[in-house]
Amino acid sequence: MNTINVEKLKVNLERPLMDTVLDAYDAVDFSAYTGDDVLRALEKDSISLEDYGALLSPAAQPYLEQMARRAKQETACHFGNTAGLYTPLYIANYCVNHCTYCGFNCTNKIHRGKLTYDEIDTELRNIAKTGLREILILTGESRYHSDVEYIGHACEIAKKYFTTIGIEVYPMDTDEYAYIQQCGADFVSVYQETYDRVRYKEVHLAGPKADFAYRFNAQERALLGGMRGVGVGALLGLGNFRKDAFAAGLHASLLQKKYPHAEVSFSVPRLRPYINNAENNPNDVHETQLLQIMLSYRLLLPFAGISISTRERPGFRDNVIGMCATKISAGSKVGVGGHDEEAKGDEQFEISDPRGVAEVEQMLYAKGMQPVYRDYIRMEQA
Amino acid sequence: MKDTLKIGPREFHSRFFLGTGKFSLDKTAAAIEASGTEMVTLALRRANLGGEGNILDYIPKTVTLLPNTSGARNAEEAVRIARLARELGCGDFIKIEVIRDSKYLMPDNYETIKATEILAKEGFVVLPYISPDLMAARDLVNAGAAAIMPLAAPIGSNKGLITRDFVKMLIDEIDLPIVVDAGIGRPSHACEAMELGADAVLANTAVATARDVVAMAHAFKLAVEAGREGYLAGPGRVLEYEGEASSPLTGFLQD
Repeated sequence: MNTINVEKLKVNLERPLMDTVLDAYDAVDFSAYTGDDVLRALEKDSISLEDYGALLSPAAQPYLEQMARRAKQETACHFGNTAGLYTPLYIANYCVNHCTYCGFNCTNKIHRGKLTYDEIDTELRNIAKTGLREILILTGESRYHSDVEYIGHACEIAKKYFTTIGIEVYPMDTDEYAYIQQCGADFVSVYQETYDRVRYKEVHLAGPKADFAYRFNAQERALLGGMRGVGVGALLGLGNFRKDAFAAGLHASLLQKKYPHAEVSFSVPRLRPYINNAENNPNDVHETQLLQIMLSYRLLLPFAGISISTRERPGFRDNVIGMCATKISAGSKVGVGGHDEEAKGDEQFEISDPRGVAEVEQMLYAKGMQPVYRDYIRMEQA
Repeated sequence: MKDTLKIGPREFHSRFFLGTGKFSLDKTAAAIEASGTEMVTLALRRANLGGEGNILDYIPKTVTLLPNTSGARNAEEAVRIARLARELGCGDFIKIEVIRDSKYLMPDNYETIKATEILAKEGFVVLPYISPDLMAARDLVNAGAAAIMPLAAPIGSNKGLITRDFVKMLIDEIDLPIVVDAGIGRPSHACEAMELGADAVLANTAVATARDVVAMAHAFKLAVEAGREGYLAGPGRVLEYEGEASSPLTGFLQD
């Protein structure tokens, strides 16, 4: 214990969040925690950063069941018996980054494409027909092929059909976020991938994404630009997943502390098979570790949203929704477009859950849960 | 004697308000019936009016709707959501919820007062949700509120009436119905609030997350009725643990 100066982390918001998070990343020592630390953490009303470290440590693995029970109570208290439904739409997959782990990586010879505005309209209209009212718009990182105006216009089209619009695109400047917010998006997700600066450099060989700090500060710029909520996450398995989850949890927690109105949320991508990946090991994070991380996020920030994507298999998703996850995607296509005709570009990763909205809805009903299609009013509508 | 609760233009026989939107829609009608409630809250942002899972399809027309302004971060947004609720046919009742803290979801009393003043002037029947604070409650009376909804505990916490002494001040001092809202986790908590003199109780999470939603809704009905009857019956004095001192401190007096 005492691996981290908790008080210092708690109070000093004058310091750049990145410095605080990176210090904690360096300092945390998961081998220092014992089963007793885990049990103590589980008895507390609200957990400290030290407790959070214990929950993420190998010592917590035998207590996963207890963590799950506590997490389920917290999730029920904060979200009731409900689950939000959404789907992603990739509108372009051009990318200028060379990220060794990613299917969109600029050196990969994949089929590239981008949707025209008419195609975006058709795709969104088709998605809306399934009943969904929340959409996540994604692009690869190319300011040439998918510039800010292109993304903004896609959001304006999405406004016709959806109440909640999120973007998962390259990090932007504050004024660009403000513009996108004016166009109708209120939620921004940017994943740091790994909080290990050395590893970050190793896997981001070229392109603007190599700028660690610019990416780290994206959520703050988004909030300053008027966004309602921000998502954080690490690509689990890229570096030391315990440390990355520790840093991501602290990152989210500090964002909420500095911007109390902000809705913070987590995504939990882990490495899955993709094109040209022979040299990587995608099996670092098994389902057990993934669940441990999700439960730890829930216990650290009981009020935060956690999304579960179709990267995971149905059996996993159906069990974590309501236990710790609060949002579940359905009818996902991860190529460019694909809700109308053949996708115009290849997929970023393979999906493990092909179920459509009606099937996911049925699953939720069978669990006694209520699917939530919308949980948001865009102020310009009011 | 008829014991009814009057809020704005309406009279209610039930003193239990039920929240919706946190449990399966197909149980909504049964839960409403079992609870005996005549007023249900709904989050407008979640209502999906006209779309899939439209909550209004599941609420009997005889029940008064109390849409809330959840999602509002300031008075202006609350006012806009309230007007939207009215336009969408949810009636004139509105529960003001202004929250700009995503962690504890504590209401912003100051912005709530501002929104109440604007909406009351527009003819809304305004039920503001607040942290129990006597000064804020007095300002809300002046602002035209129809009732005051102090929280028992942080929303969703199921902790019960941990703000008891502050809610009691409102019950004693404010001449508007006091509806205890948020944090009520069990029927016994609701009973306690009613016994204390609250005019009504609202529960949502406690019912929504029960193993049997409909049975829990009924349990709340009974608890609220019991608490109300207990209050009206005038509870006897509860002695401190030591009991009454047998040798009085003032026994020395010789007049």
